[in-house]
Amino acid sequence: MTKKYEFTVNGRPVSVSLDNEEAPLLNVLRNNLGLMGTRFGCGLEQCGCCMVLIDGAPEKSCSKPVWSIIGKSVTTVEGLGTPEHPHPLQQAFIDEQAGQCGYCLAGILISAQALLARNPSPTRSEIAQALDDNICRCGSHNRIIRAIEKAAARMGAGAIS
Amino acid sequence: MNTPVMNTPALPGPLADNPRLERWVTFPAPGKVIVGTGRVELGQGVLTAMTQIAADELDVAMERITIRSGDTEFTPNEGYTAGSQSIQFGGVAMRQACADVRSLFIDQAARVLGCKTSELSICDGGILHNGVPTGQDYWTLAGAVDLAAEATGGGKRKTVADFNVIGRSSARLDLPAKIFGAAVFIHDLVLDGMLHARVVRQPNRGATIDAIDERAIKRAAKAPVEFVRNGNFLAIVGADETAVDLAGAAAAKYVIWQHVETPTPLQAEASWLRQRPVIDRIIGAPEPADPQGRVRFESTYTRGYLAHASISPSCGLALYHDGRLTVWTHCQGVFPLRAALARTLSLDASAITVHHVQGSGCYGHNGADDAAADAAIIAMKMPGVPIRVRWRREEEFVYEPKSPAMVVKVRALLDDAGKPADWSAEIWSGTHNYRPGAGGNLLGAQALPNPPPEPPPGDVPESHGGGATRNGEPLYDIAHKRIIHHLVTETPVRTSALRGLGAMPNVFAIECAIDELAERAGQDPVQYRLSITVDPRARAVIEKVAAMAGWEAGESGGAGRGRGIAFARYKSRAAYAAVVVALDVEETIRLRHVWCATDAGLVVNPDGVINQLEGGIIQSASWVLKEQVRFDDGVSSFDWETYPVLKFSEVPEIDIALINTKDEVPLGVGEVTAGPTAAAIGNAVSHALGARIRDLPLTRERIMATLLKE
Ligand code: FES
Ligand code: FES
Repeated sequence: MTKKYEFTVNGRPVSVSLDNEEAPLLNVLRNNLGLMGTRFGCGLEQCGCCMVLIDGAPEKSCSKPVWSIIGKSVTTVEGLGTPEHPHPLQQAFIDEQAGQCGYCLAGILISAQALLARNPSPTRSEIAQALDDNICRCGSHNRIIRAIEKAAARMGAGAIS
Repeated sequence: MNTPVMNTPALPGPLADNPRLERWVTFPAPGKVIVGTGRVELGQGVLTAMTQIAADELDVAMERITIRSGDTEFTPNEGYTAGSQSIQFGGVAMRQACADVRSLFIDQAARVLGCKTSELSICDGGILHNGVPTGQDYWTLAGAVDLAAEATGGGKRKTVADFNVIGRSSARLDLPAKIFGAAVFIHDLVLDGMLHARVVRQPNRGATIDAIDERAIKRAAKAPVEFVRNGNFLAIVGADETAVDLAGAAAAKYVIWQHVETPTPLQAEASWLRQRPVIDRIIGAPEPADPQGRVRFESTYTRGYLAHASISPSCGLALYHDGRLTVWTHCQGVFPLRAALARTLSLDASAITVHHVQGSGCYGHNGADDAAADAAIIAMKMPGVPIRVRWRREEEFVYEPKSPAMVVKVRALLDDAGKPADWSAEIWSGTHNYRPGAGGNLLGAQALPNPPPEPPPGDVPESHGGGATRNGEPLYDIAHKRIIHHLVTETPVRTSALRGLGAMPNVFAIECAIDELAERAGQDPVQYRLSITVDPRARAVIEKVAAMAGWEAGESGGAGRGRGIAFARYKSRAAYAAVVVALDVEETIRLRHVWCATDAGLVVNPDGVINQLEGGIIQSASWVLKEQVRFDDGVSSFDWETYPVLKFSEVPEIDIALINTKDEVPLGVGEVTAGPTAAAIGNAVSHALGARIRDLPLTRERIMATLLKE
């Protein structure tokens, strides 16, 4: 039976019709809305590849039934910035060449954004701890941490000036 | 009969195999260059390095170049992207192909302009005559230059002094798209009319389907799904990915198998290998029967099975249409996969096209080839319908080929100064090479009617660096060295290539043994290593890393704080690396800092190389501290909780130095740090505890057991 689900994605209201009420948000983002930045890694809420912001809070989207986010606001990596207008985190990731295969990065950028929203100048160990829900198998960890430090410094400086 | 005299230099291997220049370089439109490489992007940055190489040798800006990689239609066939060989061999081939192309264009320009070739040069694709633009460029001349011609090796490659792009850090070309969340991975590929599929995996070769409760599975799917079956190969197909996922999960309960074999906990331990049927060989002269009065040293080291544990499960797409099969894959070798698919599906290779699309980092032979084969097997049963298979997380962990467990027993005879005069490494291991290109069966093929026979047991030959024997021989100056290789012919799970193959366990064994010998001789580990090393490049990385880490001879360890060093030259003929680790041990190990000095010869992209070295160090640290595939009524490491890897808060700070970057030959770095990192951690733990743990991983249980013994 087809049902309609309405919520907001990257500031835009969306309405999707689904036959399968079990559909997790991740599948809806990728298969119904064509937003491929949020990635499948495990489907078990263990790796963080599928991380999105739901009403500003970082959440794994792979096991989140779509009915549970009706009326809520979802931000994906595509909502952070664009090549023309990169988010400071995205710019810092490029500057630090933070990534190897890059599969983990979208989820990590979302976790980092959530961290900086609640703690604008985190220490190295606070950053590391905030990312413990995200797995990076390629070993890009130190570059990622450096990029987040750099973005935090720039955003902090921006806020003051 | 006279042999013809050849004046042209020998072509680099991949270019000799693929001599037609248009497979390497074409000029499709004004201002544009397409470069082809058989190497594929695995997250290691190879396409950026190849673009740098082509830009330098062709004298065009990097921005003009589009790179095509791993495609049976368009690119050279370079076998596998593996073994840290892409730049060493593929890069040299690319350099020569570009140099040949450049020289054909210079010749043509000289004819058109009526001048000598020596008066011409190229700047960003434009032809200069004595430094002045001529109005001619690659694109005005392209019509008159036949790139279907074969390479001759006649074009002169640049010398190191002339490089403008090679040797300078270049930002990775593929990273921005990934950082902005673009659809770049194979998982993001959507074909018109595509159906999703999940395979109900045959638990093991020989297992047969006893019963399928189709109704229960369809009910669980909550949307329409269909079954596709061929022998004991069973798949669930549908338009809705959620439905096939739900059905796939339900199938675990509603498909009953017979003849199921399940590996036991004991079989997960490396020591189990010691009692198995083996094929033996000796590399080097036999071991002396009589130690001739010299002191004998013996020590045994082990490592369990490892998973590649790619962050994303494997994915493959296929379409069978009008007798042609098209496959999209993230595997490491599109040509070997095409040949294996042809074998498996009884198709002619010429009827199969295989395109590479990026996946997540694979670090070796993971499930990529098998997922592509799954898609192909299903597609053959559903002509005209594009099929996308994405493995489940559990499927990847349980069914991907594992890196084999290994036992390495080191024996040495010591001279009066306590230095090794005779060295044996006795190695027990399953194969490190079950790649389709080496005759390994694609997983799905084993479930088809009349499954192909298993290939005869074998391992990577020494000419390719060896598999279990890779780095089995120390580089140190020891008069007599040998490897005794016991190839275990049957293992409880499929085993194949993972980053460095046998190098990690072998270097762990050798470098831990060297520390044990240094301690016996009452010498500092750095000094001891230098005293048995003449190779100046080896000495240089050892001395450099010791200086970086502020190594002080004789520094006492214990009280839970330790530091250790280790060294290796990858495959004894590629890049050099020395690593120092500082760590704390209580019940578990906390890595504080890692220093690494590497000599990788000519470095194309220094930042890219450092990135790969860091990755290799962190992955090796993860293997050593945490990783072992466990069996308990089957493979019981099936997700990130049962197979944990290093977390952000557990990663140490890392400092890396590259030395001797002036050399002419580039040496790959993806695998060079795996062994030295593992052994440096082992040595540092021993320094911290005053007792040695010789079995990997260095788990809490092993540390506690060692502490209790002391
Ligand atoms: S895919 Fe959601 S946490 Fe792994
Ligand atoms: S860059 Fe590959 S998993 Fe993080």
